[in-house]
Amino acid sequence: MQNICLDMDCTQLRAKVVSGELSSVALVTAVLDAIEVRDTQINAYITVFREQALARAAEIDARIARGASVGQLAGVPVAIKDNLCFTQGPTTCASQILAGFHAPYDATVVQRLLDQDAVILGKLNMDEFAMGSSTENSSMKKTTNPWDMNRVPGGSSGGSAAAVAAGLCSVALGSDTGGSIRQPASFCGVVGLKPTYGRVSRYGLVAYGSSLDQIGPLTRTVRDSALMLNVIAGHDPKDSTCVDAATAPLCDYTADLDAPVEGLRIGVVPELNVGADAQVQTALNTALEAYKAMGAELKALALPHADYAIAAYYVIATAEASSNLARYDGVHYGHRTKDPKDYVEVYSKSRAEGFGAEVKRRIMLGTYALSSGYYDAYYLKALKVRNLIRQDFTRAFQQCDCVMMPVSPTTAFKIGEKTADPLQMYLADIYTISANLAGIPALSVPCGFDSQTLPIGLQILGPAFSEARMLRIARMYERQAQWHKHTPNMS
Amino acid sequence: MTDLDYQVIVGLEIHVQLCTKTKLFCGCALEFAAEPNSRVCPVCLGMPGVLPVMNRLAYEYSVLAALALNCQIAEFTKWDRKSYYYPDLPKNFQTSQYDLPLSYDGFIEIPLETGQSKRIRIIRCHLEEDAGKNLHTSGSHSQVDLNRTGTPLLEIVTEPDMNTAAEVKALAAELQRIVRYVGVSEADMQKGHMRFEPNINLAITKDGKAYRTPITEVKNLNSFRAVERSVEYEIQRQLDEFLEHGTTLEMGNKTTRGWDDDRQMTVLQREKEEAHDYRYFPEPDLLPVKMNETWLADIRSRMCELPLQKQQRFVQTYELSDYDAGVLTADRATAEFFDEAVKAGGSAKRVCNLLTQIGLKMANDKGVSLVDLGVSCEAVANLANMVDRGDVNASASTTIFEHMVTTGKAPAGLAEELNLVQKSDSSELEAIVKKILSDNAQAVEEAKSGSKKAKKAQGFLLGQVMQQTQGQANPRVVSQILGDLLRS
Repeated sequence: MQNICLDMDCTQLRAKVVSGELSSVALVTAVLDAIEVRDTQINAYITVFREQALARAAEIDARIARGASVGQLAGVPVAIKDNLCFTQGPTTCASQILAGFHAPYDATVVQRLLDQDAVILGKLNMDEFAMGSSTENSSMKKTTNPWDMNRVPGGSSGGSAAAVAAGLCSVALGSDTGGSIRQPASFCGVVGLKPTYGRVSRYGLVAYGSSLDQIGPLTRTVRDSALMLNVIAGHDPKDSTCVDAATAPLCDYTADLDAPVEGLRIGVVPELNVGADAQVQTALNTALEAYKAMGAELKALALPHADYAIAAYYVIATAEASSNLARYDGVHYGHRTKDPKDYVEVYSKSRAEGFGAEVKRRIMLGTYALSSGYYDAYYLKALKVRNLIRQDFTRAFQQCDCVMMPVSPTTAFKIGEKTADPLQMYLADIYTISANLAGIPALSVPCGFDSQTLPIGLQILGPAFSEARMLRIARMYERQAQWHKHTPNMS
Repeated sequence: MTDLDYQVIVGLEIHVQLCTKTKLFCGCALEFAAEPNSRVCPVCLGMPGVLPVMNRLAYEYSVLAALALNCQIAEFTKWDRKSYYYPDLPKNFQTSQYDLPLSYDGFIEIPLETGQSKRIRIIRCHLEEDAGKNLHTSGSHSQVDLNRTGTPLLEIVTEPDMNTAAEVKALAAELQRIVRYVGVSEADMQKGHMRFEPNINLAITKDGKAYRTPITEVKNLNSFRAVERSVEYEIQRQLDEFLEHGTTLEMGNKTTRGWDDDRQMTVLQREKEEAHDYRYFPEPDLLPVKMNETWLADIRSRMCELPLQKQQRFVQTYELSDYDAGVLTADRATAEFFDEAVKAGGSAKRVCNLLTQIGLKMANDKGVSLVDLGVSCEAVANLANMVDRGDVNASASTTIFEHMVTTGKAPAGLAEELNLVQKSDSSELEAIVKKILSDNAQAVEEAKSGSKKAKKAQGFLLGQVMQQTQGQANPRVVSQILGDLLRS
């Protein structure tokens, strides 16, 4: 048993625990031990709850032994991004301004994991306040890519992707504002799903760009992704933007997972794909050929406003962020500067000391975009672009069931390679941002490796609330290609 | 000698606290004077990751108030974030409504002392959350109480249609009466439920030329008296300032002043209108609100007759004085009690007298409202009829009313029990009067004399009859008999 979480997916582990074949304590112990050994290099975790996790595992084992019914994630070790509020341990968003901050409540998704008897192992590293594409903006630690320790895991949910890829948890939760689940999933060779905006409650997710943020799973298999969506999806009265069942009925996302989609029509956007590295394009084309071989039809499409997506995104997301992050002021909680002269200094110094460079940059961008005299030129225009992008997809989905494209123009880059040029880092979000602007679901599923054995992801985008069909489409390919069987060599 | 004339121009911005049970965006209770920071939760504390959920009743209360102010109700409104940093504002933005308020283009009729009313236009009413309170009571540190954070506030903005301090006060009082009538606010000034911010300047004509003085905004006034006094003060101050320095309105010379109640004067707070940039943008965590016909009809069905309409109806239908009608309509329950008592058969004038001269006084002494005295409107109608018929006299009605309050008994029974029923039977009274006349020959002579003493003597004889009957004779009937007998 090299690594139990790499040998079996969450669905299989749960079955073994529930049948009594494997105790949750044994499983959790094995993973905690793996964390102790491996995470010194991967640095995926900000906090590990060793004692609490073992106690909970024992409790679940006892319930199973009693014959009591247990939940969909019974005894399985999961981990969550550190921007999800959990009353256990600190919730830091990998920021010094929240170092040592203990949330007084559990996020709705965390509550749902607990309701399904998951064992939460710890909190995962990320770019500070989810701002970044490499997890290098964490103020806590540098997470490395399990496939190559000199490379980034992607971001901002880099800790989540790296932990799942390295078997340091079975499944993880991340958040995706402009690609923060899909891009690290692609860099680390795992499955990452950003659900439709409103499918999953955001209550307890520390906000970055409120109209774009969405929580989703990072898993080793499509089946686990469906299972996790079953657990976390659904209406929450605490989130006004979370839709109810009348608007978008829920379903069992695992139910017909293995049934191929008949007469599948796949939209491709040739103009967009040419921007990706040759090896990424090759992997994409190979995957598309595989779908064709399974009977799918490819349709060339245009998304005419895709070129404006990055500009619109960085106006909207930063504008919202400038407002969302205003509350970290040293007055009520979090870092407070020592010996302030007056209350203005409580604000200015606490914030100057507590926030990292990228967060400050985005707060300033957003503040500028919302300023009197600039609002129309930036924020309002960005909202118009956003509408056009939404319309692009509405039109596209009249002709196809899903759109496929790369997740990222490149595979994982070297640590430090892009930190000097934030704009280059922003531009790499070209393929992922549109789904957030349009509010539609999108996922990344492994589709091969480049010449350096770095994973490549295939992105599938679908109409709003079509997650069930998208997961089936992803599963068709996964079952045939079997990329998920490849695991990083971490010796 | 210069020729000088001026007109006062005042507009008002008013914040009214709505009387919902819970806050605007979370489930925390609204409670006055609770222990600091005991009515808070992660949402109103602005903790990381929290989201607001709109209190639907607060929205309905706002629409109801807006309807009472004759406003147009928007079919589509949204929420906006207004950004500024202050320790009593945990999120450092206030959730408010910016360019699409829930209502607009209304008016309020305010009663003037002449008995006429004046129409003041309303620009808009919108809903927003209140901030907390900074407390500066512990030496080197300030403290923050966030119990008030997230309290629903209705902001009402008028056109600058008021031209005297009295009109400003009248609007304040009328608005208080309206929001209480429709039941959306307790409008208790002492608890800060209503806060006023007048914008004041003068249009001056001097030697045939027109000038305008710089606008001043007086912040956060929470008593009618302060509203009136501050406007009066500003009028004089601006006039003096103009005459001494000739300062007139220019771009950006609007000032903000505060009211110093001890010194009874306004004091400068901010010299220039600072370039405030609130960076408004639509609140992404809340859905826009769409008002449809059904919902609006439902809210409209909760509307009642408004105070000024009631007051005017009381004057026209019941021929009450404007003053009495004003007293009876000061609060809705009293006005409705009056209406019911009249419907139960009491004459309007008599019921009005009983309520204004006895009932409201007793209620006031006991510190309760009229309707809580435990007296039914039927009982009051019966008592009014007894007085009108002459069964009891006016002073007896006071005693009976008091006993109705303390014992809860019916007025007729109480009149008997307390021996307050008047003797109005003329034949019975005539015998008594005759007896008194024959016993007091000198007084009779004086009464008949037509001299200065006549009136006094007649009064003495009346007093003797009343004494003889232990005060139970109807003085009106006795006077009549006495007069007849003395003339015969």
